[in-house]
Amino acid sequence: MIALRRTSLTIAALACLAATASLGHGYKTGSLSIKHPWSRETSAGQSVGGGFMVVTNTSAKPDKLLSATTTIAKEVQLHTMSMDGGIMRMRQVSGGIDVPAKGTLELKPGGYHLMFMGLKRPLKKDERFPVTLKFQNAGTLKVQFAVQAVGSTGPIEADHAKH
Amino acid sequence: MQSTETGAGKSRFSEMRAALWVLALLFTCFAAVLMYFGQGNGNNAVKDSGFADAFGGPFALTAPDGSTVSDRTLAGKPYAIFFGFTRCPDVCPTNLARMARLRAQLKADGNKFNIVFVSVDPEQDTPAIIGEYVKLFGTPIIGLTGTEAQLAQIKKGFAVFSQKVPVTGGGYTVDHTATTYLMTANGKLAGTIDHQESDTVALEKLQRLVG
Repeated sequence: MIALRRTSLTIAALACLAATASLGHGYKTGSLSIKHPWSRETSAGQSVGGGFMVVTNTSAKPDKLLSATTTIAKEVQLHTMSMDGGIMRMRQVSGGIDVPAKGTLELKPGGYHLMFMGLKRPLKKDERFPVTLKFQNAGTLKVQFAVQAVGSTGPIEADHAKH
Repeated sequence: MQSTETGAGKSRFSEMRAALWVLALLFTCFAAVLMYFGQGNGNNAVKDSGFADAFGGPFALTAPDGSTVSDRTLAGKPYAIFFGFTRCPDVCPTNLARMARLRAQLKADGNKFNIVFVSVDPEQDTPAIIGEYVKLFGTPIIGLTGTEAQLAQIKKGFAVFSQKVPVTGGGYTVDHTATTYLMTANGKLAGTIDHQESDTVALEKLQRLVG
């Protein structure tokens, strides 16, 4: 029993360490910071993937996410999703997505997201792939998207950070 | 004149007799149907309304191995059926992953129902692509699609909406109903799970379906 407890304590300690180590998955450019860019694994033949992240603006000036590019897909589009009487509706966003002054833009399941259109290969769990984001004021920024299990509903790192 | 009138009277009488026979036959049929469905209701844990009787089948679609899966082949085991497409970035993986998770939580009872995924995007999703897609979820999922006509039939049966929406670059995305329909072993609607419903409620509904 004691041995078991010790084992679970060790596991918990290791998990905390791992979480701390991965908290570094964030990026900064000027007044913008990007946290936990993540995507879901895809199967062979599945030609599209979604991308999520949190953009925080510390400036008093609003910014705008204009576009993105990546080597792993033909095109990156900005999309939004909404539920309307039990029907899922997805729409392409034109003209960029606002990052409010002294505020946060969340790209997350059920709302805004990046669409990696025409994936050149399936996204494998636990890998990372580069995406270049283009903002109106902050300019371009290269980030790494972490590929998570298909059932993920949020970034794994953020979940760990809460514990 | 007289005989003609009598003849007309006779033929009117035999017409009435025939009509009465037809009515009696119809009544017998109607009573038989009522008795049949009345008995069915008594045996089912789930109460079937007239709506539930009409809901769902018949339908026939194609599985990844090329075989035909229909309301008849699915009969005998309850099933949870969800409509979507493999390029769906969010609702579809979230729902299917949840079904896989809830099935695991049901332990032994988890094998007492089938999970069925129907792609409403046959242009992009071949049966083979759907087969690869459902494998992602780590639990047996019956992935199906069909011709436009076959899909129109099942969408009508389940009152499912789907519509292509163009995006730039010549592509498109698909708006679609994100409800999971729970069907009994004899193909009747037992209930639904909404995409935004909690896991707790969804689990209770599945427990009732297999219980």
